[in-house]
Amino acid sequence: MIEVNIYRYNPETDRFPYMQKFNFEMPDRDIMVLELLNSLKESDPTISYRRSCREGVCGSDGMSINGKNGLACITPVSEVTKGNKLELRPLPGLPVVRDLVVDMTEFYAQYEKIKPFLQNDTPSPNQERLQSPSDRDKLDGLYECILCACCSTSCPSFWWNPDKFVGPAALLQAYRFIADTRDTRTEERLDSLSDPFSVYRCHGIMNCVSVCPKGLNPNKAIGEIKSMLLTNRRHEAEIIASDGGGRS
Amino acid sequence: MVGHLNKDNIHTLEFDALIVGGGGSGMRTSLELAKSGLKTAVVSKVFPTRSHTVSAQGGITCAIQSADPHDDWRWHMFDTVKGSDYIGDQDAIEYMCSEGPKAVFELEHMGLPFSRFENGRIYQRPFGGQSKDFGNGGQASRTCAAADRTGHALLHTLYQNNVKEGANFLNEWFAVDLVKNKFNEITGVIAFSIESGEVAYLKSRATVLATGGAGRIYASTTNALINTGDGLGMSLRAGFPAQDMEMWQFHPTGIHGAGSLVTEGCRGEGGYLINADGERFMERYAPNAKDLAGRDVVARSMVLEILEGRGCGPNKDHVLLKLDHLGEEILNAKLPGICELSKTFAGVDPVYKPIPVVPTCHYMMGGTPTNIHGQAFSSENEVDNEIPGLFSVGEAACVSVHGANRLGGNSLLDLVVFGRAAGLHINEDLKSGGGVEEANIDDIESALYRLNKLNESNSGFEVAEVKRELQEVMQNFFGVFRRGEYMEKGVKALEEIRDKCDNLHLHDKSDSFNTNRVEALELQNLLEVAEATAISSLKRNESRGAHARDDFPERDDENWLCHSLYDPTKKDLRKRQVNFQPNTMEAFPPKVRAY
Repeated sequence: MIEVNIYRYNPETDRFPYMQKFNFEMPDRDIMVLELLNSLKESDPTISYRRSCREGVCGSDGMSINGKNGLACITPVSEVTKGNKLELRPLPGLPVVRDLVVDMTEFYAQYEKIKPFLQNDTPSPNQERLQSPSDRDKLDGLYECILCACCSTSCPSFWWNPDKFVGPAALLQAYRFIADTRDTRTEERLDSLSDPFSVYRCHGIMNCVSVCPKGLNPNKAIGEIKSMLLTNRRHEAEIIASDGGGRS
Repeated sequence: MVGHLNKDNIHTLEFDALIVGGGGSGMRTSLELAKSGLKTAVVSKVFPTRSHTVSAQGGITCAIQSADPHDDWRWHMFDTVKGSDYIGDQDAIEYMCSEGPKAVFELEHMGLPFSRFENGRIYQRPFGGQSKDFGNGGQASRTCAAADRTGHALLHTLYQNNVKEGANFLNEWFAVDLVKNKFNEITGVIAFSIESGEVAYLKSRATVLATGGAGRIYASTTNALINTGDGLGMSLRAGFPAQDMEMWQFHPTGIHGAGSLVTEGCRGEGGYLINADGERFMERYAPNAKDLAGRDVVARSMVLEILEGRGCGPNKDHVLLKLDHLGEEILNAKLPGICELSKTFAGVDPVYKPIPVVPTCHYMMGGTPTNIHGQAFSSENEVDNEIPGLFSVGEAACVSVHGANRLGGNSLLDLVVFGRAAGLHINEDLKSGGGVEEANIDDIESALYRLNKLNESNSGFEVAEVKRELQEVMQNFFGVFRRGEYMEKGVKALEEIRDKCDNLHLHDKSDSFNTNRVEALELQNLLEVAEATAISSLKRNESRGAHARDDFPERDDENWLCHSLYDPTKKDLRKRQVNFQPNTMEAFPPKVRAY
């Protein structure tokens, strides 16, 4: 028997959120947190949460599981339960719609802001654009993101500035297109990130890396973007400096 | 949703075209329409990248002549016709296979991160049922892949390009029922915002059902929890027919217990199945293609091995998929997602140990009958009658390119080819003045009936219990092997379940993200699909493709070389001719299907 505490809030009936306690009899085998939630929902159909693929690829059921963000469907209850207790809360930092469901509007807005689509200014060939396996390898660790928001909502910088700091998930995607040899808008992409907030609010706290359920490393991608921005800026500075020198 | 909903207390939002479903086919349709300037919206019950297309693994099959510069779309067509056990429509298959390369290259141009060969071209791997030279040239490698995450890569690429084109999404909106006017035309849907409970009549000149499959009618399925056949449920309730509903694909390799899919690409890369004796048993059932025979053939062979006592594990209830001989490097490069899934759901690292697998419900070959433009139709006395305003694409539709058994990698191709075709057609049609008449108040209110009844329920049956009952009936009586007497029991049981589904108790009446309401409505859709499946299965007295009957073990071309058309108003089955008239070549005549 384990004690499960679930964050409950229905804006129509609750003035304040509260934690509801359930006693849950574990079956003989280990189960995932999502299966546990599904069982509880059978006895209390009012518990609300998102779920779809139940195998860790759709990114619907990100939540805070005993204090750490993760996907309910691929997190075994045995691995996260502490002292027979399990606490489930919505992803932190975003407005709660109801129970474990958060409003992801700001998260998606940041994703759209980085122009998450390939841009190539040359005419499309009749076949595919060629890409060497080693160039394609540069996308590994980037394209697999499932937009579950576990990373961005574990990031203190995103909590403070969700409107201005792009956040680890969208920055990972920004770099996915910068790194793609088929994309021709690298300069423009870098320019759009060069303000003091978009990238530079990342202080390397690394929560994003420790929670990513797909084992991706947004921090590394952010580091790449930062160093490209620095190289670019130095390059620009040199041009300006040499121009200035010429005129004097 | 306070009080009884009627025409006057709900909003009306008007569109030129409405797409219900934000998976691969819906987003390919919307992408085409977003560029057209028409007022379009995608209604999706989940954020689009949560759709089930995301779970597709192995790839998209298409003769792009990368692995083999001499590959030919006609060979792909031959394989698909043969795979369908000859009830796939040859004009539609011809269209899919010949248009395929264009559709795949478009995806690449949109940014899909395909894996690559050394020469920089798209990586292609062997898949089941593939051949060169019309079955005479050995195994082909025709499935274009992004590692083993092709569906994820495809779905995200389509979403990204919809963002690029400024497509309009109504995300986390649930479509309840079609609105049908007195001329039998579809004028849109009743839908509500899951987040706020706001109900609206989404009025549209064209409504596209892109709602995917309904694998959740079975207790064990590779399908996402959201695969509840919502579009088909709506069209069946509106009295429109469904085609080939007895044809359900059981994927050979679902992870035992969890049901998660293990791609056929594993066997394409050189993995194989073994029984309790360690024997590679597919050599006995399909001497040539072995583990890469059609999925129906492999699934049946596995069940026979288990029935004959050669299953593995303490309960002898599964077989094993052996991959360790491929080596860690290949597994990590080509099948990284499978390694991850296997560790999570089977507790097995395929680098060292084989994965326990069992045939698991995977794909609905049947669906709303359409032509190659996605136009839905009903059929009477050998005449197909278009249903004005109603379209369907993807797994929800039956165009029919898969017939009685789909080949691996053909579903993703189906999505993009016919999603695009429907978008092009609707654009042309609407710009040349196509559309439908108005619906009146009664039409709209009858589409609100189901929602009102549920909202006003004070007692009744529990959603979770009735769903479990339904899934068990389907699993027990309509699985890999079927028999008339059992199926009759199943049909009877479903009648009782229908009574329960008509009297569900909605505990939660609130408006904010009420998933209790969504699940109740989904269950009613599952029931429509389950009943269509059950009656169609009972009435097709032969074995063909995925439909294998103990009591009619042979294929019967004389009586059943045809589509079945289930009529929900009479709960009866009609026959419909299969198309044997491709435009550019002679049809492939039915032959004995051996692998």
